[in-house]
Amino acid sequence: MNQLSVVHLLVLVVRRDLLLAMRRRADVLTILVFFILVVSLFPLGVGPEMGMLRKMAPGVLWVAALLASMLSLGRLFSADYLDGTLEQMMLTPQSLSVLVLGKMIAHWLVSGLPLVLMAPVLGLQFDMPAQGLLVLMIGLLIGTPILSMLGAIGAALTLGLRGGGVLLSLLVLPLCIPVLIFGTGAVEAVASGLSAVSNLSLIAALLMLCLVFTPWVAAQALRISME
Amino acid sequence: MLEVSNLACSRGDHLLFSGLSLTLQSGQIMQVQGENGKGKTSLLRTLCGFILPDEGRITWYGDDVRDLSEEYFASLLYLGHHNAIKDELSALENLQISAGLAGITLDERQAVSALRRLGLKGRERLPTKVLSQGQRRRVALARLLVGNAKLWVLDEPLTALDVGAVALIQELIGEHLGKHGMVIFTTHQPLVIGDIEISRLSLL
Repeated sequence: MNQLSVVHLLVLVVRRDLLLAMRRRADVLTILVFFILVVSLFPLGVGPEMGMLRKMAPGVLWVAALLASMLSLGRLFSADYLDGTLEQMMLTPQSLSVLVLGKMIAHWLVSGLPLVLMAPVLGLQFDMPAQGLLVLMIGLLIGTPILSMLGAIGAALTLGLRGGGVLLSLLVLPLCIPVLIFGTGAVEAVASGLSAVSNLSLIAALLMLCLVFTPWVAAQALRISME
Repeated sequence: MLEVSNLACSRGDHLLFSGLSLTLQSGQIMQVQGENGKGKTSLLRTLCGFILPDEGRITWYGDDVRDLSEEYFASLLYLGHHNAIKDELSALENLQISAGLAGITLDERQAVSALRRLGLKGRERLPTKVLSQGQRRRVALARLLVGNAKLWVLDEPLTALDVGAVALIQELIGEHLGKHGMVIFTTHQPLVIGDIEISRLSLL
């Protein structure tokens, strides 16, 4: 019975959440299917004109990814809250922020990463050029973790509220606007022959900022919600 | 030593208790008594730091628990109304994870022996959703056997347990007190720990 280090705790939480996700595979698949469906509805809705589809592709993919990542946020803490695990988490002798970071990472691996991997396939539907697809994927790769982290703050704040799901989206979606702008901006820049580096750097900067602050903020929000 | 002085706590606009003081020394056990809704659970949750008291101080060996925070949590074991176990995971996985959250690494052999002592032999690897209420409670109670928390805060530890399990819990609490541990608990069932005297705190 040895003391556990911070890194071990982080690994433990991530592994636990991944294990739970594996045993509840339907939840993970729902998010992916939602993403595919929303993206696929657009060509049906606006018509098959190639030029227009190519132009809207980045925006559609990004907005769909944003909405899809909202879907699973409600469950991020609420399952643990309802069965009392969250109480035990608050009593961890290590920092609660580390634990929250672990949950954010696991959430991204389960609900963000599949979207990143699926996006290029869907992009082909919109006849996006190869370079655009690559930039889209990189943008999503560094952008979706931000959605998970900001979402975790919202999920912590709305924990235990009735109708918290809608409120959560109202809280988090506006905060995600910068990521959306830079993410689609990067793809558009490449499409018009410019470099995507500036846009991607801005997303990366946001990611770093979130990595430093959001675990702590979400941990504080959890403490408030638990009272 | 746990010392509470002049504690006041309210939920919403309703004042649950005020001016509450108590001291718990090594090897002592205290039962919090009171009718439903008198704030027993709130008191225990305040001791764990989930609820900010309106007034008063809680100190652990002389230091305010709010300043100690993580250091205090290392010596605290809280068992609430909820079992804090996951239906999808087996009893073994549940115990290992909750030990991990409490900052303890637990190998499989230790976890299995703890579960067996709680009478879960042959159930260690089943998903807990197929277990009965009492068996789930036993999985949660297995946490008492692992780790080295000095202060046990037990909220209704005996719910859903049969006579044999109640006797076992009494035995475990007795052992814990023998090792200079402290226990504060609530229950509506009779609990007898050998010849150790249980001090009582009544919430009116």
